[in-house]
Amino acid sequence: MRATEGLYLAARRPAVRSIVAVTERVVETPSTVTLRFPFAGPAEPGQFVMVWFPGDDELPMSLSYTSGESKGVTIKAMGDTSRRVQSMAAGDRVGIRGPYGNRFDLAPHRILVVGGGSGSAVLAPAAEAAIGRGAEVTAALGATQARELLFRERFAGMGARVEVATDDGSDGTRGFVTTVAERLLATEPFDAVWTCGPEVMMRKVAVAAEPRHVPVYCSVERHMKCALGMCDACALGPYHVCVDGPVFPAERLLPLPEFSRSHRDPSGRRVPFGAR
Amino acid sequence: MADLAVRVGSLAFRNPFLLASGVWGESGDSLVGAWAAGAGGVITKSIGSLPRAGYPNPTVEQYSTWGLLNAMGLPNPGIDEYPREIAAAREHGATVIGSVFAGDAEEFARLAHRIAETGVVAVELNLSCPHAEGYGTEVGSDPKDVEEIVRAVVQAVRVPVIAKVTPNTSDAAALAVAAENGGAAAVSAINTVRGLAIDTTLHRPVLAHGLGGLSGPAIKPVGLACVWQIYERVRIPVIGVGGISTAEDALEYLMAGARAVEVGTVVTTQGIGVFSRLVEGLNRRLDELGYASASAAVGVAHGAST
Repeated sequence: MRATEGLYLAARRPAVRSIVAVTERVVETPSTVTLRFPFAGPAEPGQFVMVWFPGDDELPMSLSYTSGESKGVTIKAMGDTSRRVQSMAAGDRVGIRGPYGNRFDLAPHRILVVGGGSGSAVLAPAAEAAIGRGAEVTAALGATQARELLFRERFAGMGARVEVATDDGSDGTRGFVTTVAERLLATEPFDAVWTCGPEVMMRKVAVAAEPRHVPVYCSVERHMKCALGMCDACALGPYHVCVDGPVFPAERLLPLPEFSRSHRDPSGRRVPFGAR
Repeated sequence: MADLAVRVGSLAFRNPFLLASGVWGESGDSLVGAWAAGAGGVITKSIGSLPRAGYPNPTVEQYSTWGLLNAMGLPNPGIDEYPREIAAAREHGATVIGSVFAGDAEEFARLAHRIAETGVVAVELNLSCPHAEGYGTEVGSDPKDVEEIVRAVVQAVRVPVIAKVTPNTSDAAALAVAAENGGAAAVSAINTVRGLAIDTTLHRPVLAHGLGGLSGPAIKPVGLACVWQIYERVRIPVIGVGGISTAEDALEYLMAGARAVEVGTVVTTQGIGVFSRLVEGLNRRLDELGYASASAAVGVAHGAST
């Protein structure tokens, strides 16, 4: 029944919580900011941490930098909290607990990553690690406009081939990144697809890969509270995103009525995506 | 093979290990998951009259494997939305107990009536959440209030009523006696033990709400003592809760007088697979000790106490 037994880390061991000072704040795009901080514990690409902004909130964030002692998270301005979080400066203190959840399986050789908007945040460290092991990575990145393409230079710098799509056509293909992904899947062989972004996008990618029998792994997001597999806030079908995910094989997600259609608000009510 | 099926008054469970309220009980799929994993019954998240987001994060502080402090703040989808989740669980044959929280007897009765209509086998009253203003311990610390609430609920529903009492009082057994006087079919003890964590670097409480409730192995002796004292003062069956992570822990509760137990925090360290391990472990231990059934062990330690 569990989706990701093969990728399951010893996530049940109690994670470390520590208070650290932000060492660096990097404006990545007009709407995304990276905060770097010292965190010596081991972390794997795909995992997330609970980031506590004292006096404000504690949010689940996929690590955008996982190696070495300087980890990082990359935050998109969405609600009030993420806007306040973005204004954190070097020296400001945050609480970090984790890392939690599973990771991307780095074994495949020819990997297509498909990132929509801030979804690239979790894909970049995974691609770096895979390339470090000799993989060939093609990155299909999508955003509203050219200057919102997250980690475009980082992907290029690590040796990935980069293809882009923008809603306004200011760079690459005009339209959705799924169009690019569909073309690549139709014309080139891949051993795996990693994707993160809006669930409608991930569903399209998964559907495109299905007839070609390329396994697709999706990093999904849900409201989280405990991150320990207890409180049920992040329940998604039979899974809990915090411990069974956040990375799921698409074949496990596609049959779920909720995937790409609804999420649950902090009270546990089911809310359609896009509804306010 | 010892017989693990237990009865709590008129309620029958396939084994003594019930999923405790607050754990995995917000979605129907999760209730199904706990049932499929082998729980003897599943208790819903405590449901209130209206949707409630709960407190902001941080809502938990984890202490290695020995404890967990939480102040979730009774998040729940509300009684209008929640019946669909129970329906999903019942479709899969799960034995579901509905948990409710309310601010007074009248609201408790109304909610209990609504949740009973969903086909739950019993209603558990949350008289013991230690960190929600106007609810839980705040309405469940005075025996008079407990008796009044239980009586109102008993009149409003046909299913058995279970009162979950707090350990955050000088005399938990008095609350159980009050529940019995009000007509409760059973009493469950304990809820979490009020607690606090402070981050010394930040000079502030860790949890957004400040005070929270401690669960996990650290509170097992507290729960056992409460069950022990309650068992000696009431005739209605007792359900033991607090810090159970092994079959041996559960057997301690049975011997202290519990007819069934609730299991929660251990899911954070062992996953939901813990239910099948508990069932297996209890079976083995009862065999070793020569008990033909789990029920045969209930309360046996009392005879030896003096």
